[in-house]
Amino acid sequence: MLLSNLRTIWLTFLHLFRKAVTIEYPEEKEKLPARWRGRIVLTRDPDGQERCVACYLCAVACPVDCISLQATQDETGRRYPEFFRINFSRCIFCGFCEEACPTYAIQLTPEYEMSEYVRQNMVYEKEHLLINGPGKYHDYNFYRVSGLAIGGKAKGEAMNEDPPVDLRSLLP
Amino acid sequence: MSPLLQTIIITVVVLLVLMTIAANLIWVERRMLALWQDRLGPNRVGPLGLVQVVADMVKIFFKEDWIPKFADRPVFFIAPTIVIITVLMSFAVIPFAPGISVVNLNVGLLFFLAMSSLGVYSVVLGGWSSNNKYSLLGSLRAAAQMISYEVFMGLSLMGVVILAGSFNLNDIVEAQGRITWFFIPQILGFFVFFLAGIAETHRLPFDLPEAESELISGFHSEYSGMKFGMFFVGEYLGITLISSMIVTLFFGGWLGPSFLPPVVWFLLKMAVFILIFVLLRAALPRPRYDQLMSYGWKFLLPLSLLNLVVTGLVVLLLK
Amino acid sequence: MAKTAKITVDGKTYEVDATKNLLEVCLSLKLDLPYFCWHPAMGSVGACRQCAVKKFRDENDKVGKLFMACMEPIVDGMIISIQDAEAKEFRKGVIEWLMTNHPHDCPVCDEGGECHLQDMTVMTGHDYRRYRFKKRTYKNQYLGPFINHEMNRCIQCYRCVRYYRDYAGGKDFDVFGVHNTVYFGRHEDGVLENEFSGNLVEVCPTGVFTDKTLGKHYTRKWDQTYAPSICVHCSVGCNTIAAERYGLLRRVQSRYNGEVNGYFLCDRGRFGYEFVNSPKRIRKPLRKNKETRQFEELGSEDALKYIRKLLSDSKRIIGIGSARASLESNFTLLSFVEKQNFYWGESDRNIQLIQKQYDILRNGPARTPSLRDIEKCDVVIVLGEDLTNTAPMIALALRQSVRQEPVQSATPYRIPHWQDQAVRELTQDEKGPIFIATPLATRLDEISETYRAAADDIARLGFMVANSFSDRSPLVSGATDEQKKLSGKISEALKKAKRPLIIAGPSLQSEAVIEAAANIANAMITSGKTCELCFTVPEVNSMGMAMMDITHQGIESAFEALKNKPADTLIILENDLYRRAEEQAVDSFLGKFKNVIVLDYLENSTSLKADAVLSSGSFAESDGTFVNNEGRAQRFYQVYDAGENIKESWRWLRDIMLNSGLHEFGKWKILSDFTNALSKAMPVFDGINNITPPPGFRIAGEKIPREPFRYSGRTAMFANKSVHEPKPPEDIDSPLSFTMEGYRGKPPSSIIPFFWSPGWNSQQAINKYQIEIGGALHGGDPGKRLIEPKSGKTPAFFTKIPQAFSPRNGDWFVVPVYHIFGSEELSVNAPGINELTPKPYVMISSEDAGSLGLTSEKQIELEAQGKTYSLPAKLNLGLPKGLIGIPKGLPGMPEIKTGSWVRLKMG
Repeated sequence: MLLSNLRTIWLTFLHLFRKAVTIEYPEEKEKLPARWRGRIVLTRDPDGQERCVACYLCAVACPVDCISLQATQDETGRRYPEFFRINFSRCIFCGFCEEACPTYAIQLTPEYEMSEYVRQNMVYEKEHLLINGPGKYHDYNFYRVSGLAIGGKAKGEAMNEDPPVDLRSLLP
Repeated sequence: MSPLLQTIIITVVVLLVLMTIAANLIWVERRMLALWQDRLGPNRVGPLGLVQVVADMVKIFFKEDWIPKFADRPVFFIAPTIVIITVLMSFAVIPFAPGISVVNLNVGLLFFLAMSSLGVYSVVLGGWSSNNKYSLLGSLRAAAQMISYEVFMGLSLMGVVILAGSFNLNDIVEAQGRITWFFIPQILGFFVFFLAGIAETHRLPFDLPEAESELISGFHSEYSGMKFGMFFVGEYLGITLISSMIVTLFFGGWLGPSFLPPVVWFLLKMAVFILIFVLLRAALPRPRYDQLMSYGWKFLLPLSLLNLVVTGLVVLLLK
Repeated sequence: MAKTAKITVDGKTYEVDATKNLLEVCLSLKLDLPYFCWHPAMGSVGACRQCAVKKFRDENDKVGKLFMACMEPIVDGMIISIQDAEAKEFRKGVIEWLMTNHPHDCPVCDEGGECHLQDMTVMTGHDYRRYRFKKRTYKNQYLGPFINHEMNRCIQCYRCVRYYRDYAGGKDFDVFGVHNTVYFGRHEDGVLENEFSGNLVEVCPTGVFTDKTLGKHYTRKWDQTYAPSICVHCSVGCNTIAAERYGLLRRVQSRYNGEVNGYFLCDRGRFGYEFVNSPKRIRKPLRKNKETRQFEELGSEDALKYIRKLLSDSKRIIGIGSARASLESNFTLLSFVEKQNFYWGESDRNIQLIQKQYDILRNGPARTPSLRDIEKCDVVIVLGEDLTNTAPMIALALRQSVRQEPVQSATPYRIPHWQDQAVRELTQDEKGPIFIATPLATRLDEISETYRAAADDIARLGFMVANSFSDRSPLVSGATDEQKKLSGKISEALKKAKRPLIIAGPSLQSEAVIEAAANIANAMITSGKTCELCFTVPEVNSMGMAMMDITHQGIESAFEALKNKPADTLIILENDLYRRAEEQAVDSFLGKFKNVIVLDYLENSTSLKADAVLSSGSFAESDGTFVNNEGRAQRFYQVYDAGENIKESWRWLRDIMLNSGLHEFGKWKILSDFTNALSKAMPVFDGINNITPPPGFRIAGEKIPREPFRYSGRTAMFANKSVHEPKPPEDIDSPLSFTMEGYRGKPPSSIIPFFWSPGWNSQQAINKYQIEIGGALHGGDPGKRLIEPKSGKTPAFFTKIPQAFSPRNGDWFVVPVYHIFGSEELSVNAPGINELTPKPYVMISSEDAGSLGLTSEKQIELEAQGKTYSLPAKLNLGLPKGLIGIPKGLPGMPEIKTGSWVRLKMG
């Protein structure tokens, strides 16, 4: 036992002559993978419209309750968030919001340099979150898949849908 | 120069040097631990991160000094000062070089033992006055640990006393000049004293009174600001003290080839042992509490008794 | 106790009610068995095939057969299995079929998160759509301002038509199409006509019908703050759940109370809540600038200081209470100004009528029935009340009571009464006897025998019926043949009745009608029969005000009293006097005061005349107690904290009292202190403190949370104002907390903030809160009846029979026309209700119109009380000659006294 302890001490001592693995951060930077869970963004669908449909699932999935939003809709029935707020001073970057999002709207990105001297500046509103692109998922468009009619897409025009039922027909 | 003035100057110089060492140990320990763990450690503040100490000091002085409502205030206040006082008092008897010691006491060794036993009050009172079950558990562990290791610490030194024939530390160093450095005849004594020293300063791997994985932070869980800082500095002073004692008792104190002055020899030897303390922390895991106790009573105690008996016999036979 | 039987479910034996079906029994046992088409209020049809269970012949039968639980009567010794693998597989398969066409739109569906279909899908374990073909789609319809239609989501359970047509008696909604393309909707786009259409939202197991008003400010179920509340839009006192988020009232849902509204609400109750969010809300105390005559906003402290200044130099203070304010608020005002200076802000005439009704109920032998009791009555006589418009939920209850008698005919055929389809097939259109006597046609006419006449003739008919049971009720002389025939028929029906009911009310402003109703009940009871007597009253707390015994201190009395003894300060509690009396009279009354202080939540003509306005909390921001028409005291709780500027009226008044040096009221701190003082001062209210648990009530040391445990956004919702989260508001008045922290189990029945049970996110979770499905809640239905009949005493009979009504030439007798959407003061401020509110008009019988040469929509000049109004005419077929219908309370409609004579001029 004693010998093993001494050996441990000796081996530890030898580490004195190893190269340190530390990356000296502000000067050197690590390249992070695309799925790194950093700064949260709201993306747009391929048509350039907001992907978020204000379903509240990110908010309810958030373990620190740092997402808050209010749904509203335009005159054609398309839902979107009236406001969308993330309090990054509470966010733990767990990525549950991204997992919960049924429309790929909310995504975590490899950006992580978000420190602020004033805590209030860590509260991000929709204008800070919304980006002009589809993020990691290029082709998905929720309203093309869902059965809801919105401006520019009537009933039965979504993917995998039959035209609306003709109620006057009694044919089988 | 009057003897009084000389004593005062020595005292002040010793205090300054000790406090500087203790403070810089913060940096030394962090840098060395980092190196042994393949990291870099604090390297941002000043050249090589040396000014880190200043940053740490500034920080700890400006931290909120919070006392829990449920604490026993007077005792809570006194506890951290005890550790500083007792350790600094012990340094009074250490001969750094011929003639450079605060006081040349003929029972210097006993004084050291007495002071280091008093140090346990700091931990016990600190844990008790915090009125927190984890603190109390930590301080109970500290008490039991220190009382146990006190026993063979004393016993392990008796070999040295027999060899030197004196309790005066000056005489012990000089005796080593005559005979040989005591770590050779007293290898067992050195071994036991070193281990007991680690336990006395509750350094890793014997830091069970703190044991953050079990007891939050043990006896000083409730301490913050400079009061916590005092425990911290006390610990580094303790390391310095034990290292100085090892040097004094087993490694010939200030003795050494004359191309360097004696004080430098003393400090160099001391530095080596301080680094060994840090190395131990880097290398060894913490044992269980029962392992610590049985190791002490069932292994170190017999070993120190054996050492005492053998040393006595050898000295008797050689006479 | 009904017949019981022992059944074995998955190896466990239970003793159950043998008159129920298997599904109900399983749910009563709190077992999770999925279902769609069955609804506790509507019986079984076995359409969805979702509640399949395995039934075994005996213990040795290990194979068993699948049966639909909702169609299985309970048999003693029955052995079934819910967990059987084949049954589970079957149920999963059924869901899979239903989901082949269900659109991919839960994220944008308002039902999501409280969807019975979601719950059942999760419960059965179906999770992947294997069907690769295209989905069927439908076009939606516009169904009015309340209901949103999204037909794609339909799973063809037929609950909506069964509710709308069979339960609520609607005509303009049906199922169309064939086979895989059936469609639930109207024949064309248009507003749903039925007044109870809002219940489709809760009846539909998925998101085909959703609450449009909620959709305008949509929030998921888990994100709302709820409180048990009481509907304030009529006197029935339906129990509601009101929900809030971000300081906005989001919706009102039915709060199940087995004795009152059960599962349903009327549309006024469900959608009238939006007045709370109205731009007319008074959100801060106001002070009128003496020079500019404009209102300035004040903080609550400054407001109290200002009021103190106003009160410090006033010699006599008059207080006017209100029947839309809680008992506590009225009592506090009464305590402040003292009884002789307190007036119930209602017309003297109405007070006399309400007081008379209360006296009849208090001293007479007839019991006042709860809404549930009304459903169970088999013969009903309605005198003078257009229930659909004055007390809508009673009308819905009557639609159930007409089925009481026909349903009995199923018994000889051994058809269980829950076998809805079979019973309806057997009874066809058969209806139990119900007689409605009103001047105007009502929505209930289609299920009843009707009598169109003026109030006096209605009363005479009532007296004739009473006389046929007891001679102590006077004989009516000079009755017409029609009256004789009808009264004979009514008497016949009443004689056969097992549980007869008389309904009357003050809306015709006729004491004779009320007396006639009382006489019928009294006569029947003296002749050894039972009879229940239900009176409607005008407002949510009218009965409570009557019980406070401030007899005849109505608004005209206040005008009168001021002439004799002047006063300088007037405090008006939640009351718009301009709705109670003539404009000039109110103007001159208000003008006589140096200071007019109004406590209210909506800006109205009275509050505009005030010198100081205190911003009271509406039902959503207040705690308090109402007494409904049955005499049931019920508590409502604050939904959310609206900040220090909006307080309960009783709290404002307490603060005013403390400020004016009445320090003895300092001990009135929380709601229960006020109710305690009230029941001490007025023993008639004894026990109202105990209708809900005390504020110190805790379960396992915890309060009852107003928010579901998955309430989201706590650390972000106020972050735009400050990133430092505020301390949540504390509720000192109730055992409810404003947060999501607290006891997670089922709270006592009177303080259920919302219905939820693990796995049951929709309103169907109510099943888990009931002792037995469709019965009382665990711990008893909330509320306390304060009026019980006096038995043993011979009742007093009324003897004054009015003269028969005779039309005058050239003059017209005013009868009131009530509108469910429009006549009620608060709900007209809700945009949806407002949309359906008619424009001012006068109603003339077609016969009279013919003789006047009048056509519909033509302007006509009406001369009343010395004033002339020009209004469009509406023609009505049933209205008797010589009567003119004047709509009540419509915005912009002048107040013309019921029972007065007016003159008409062609415009």
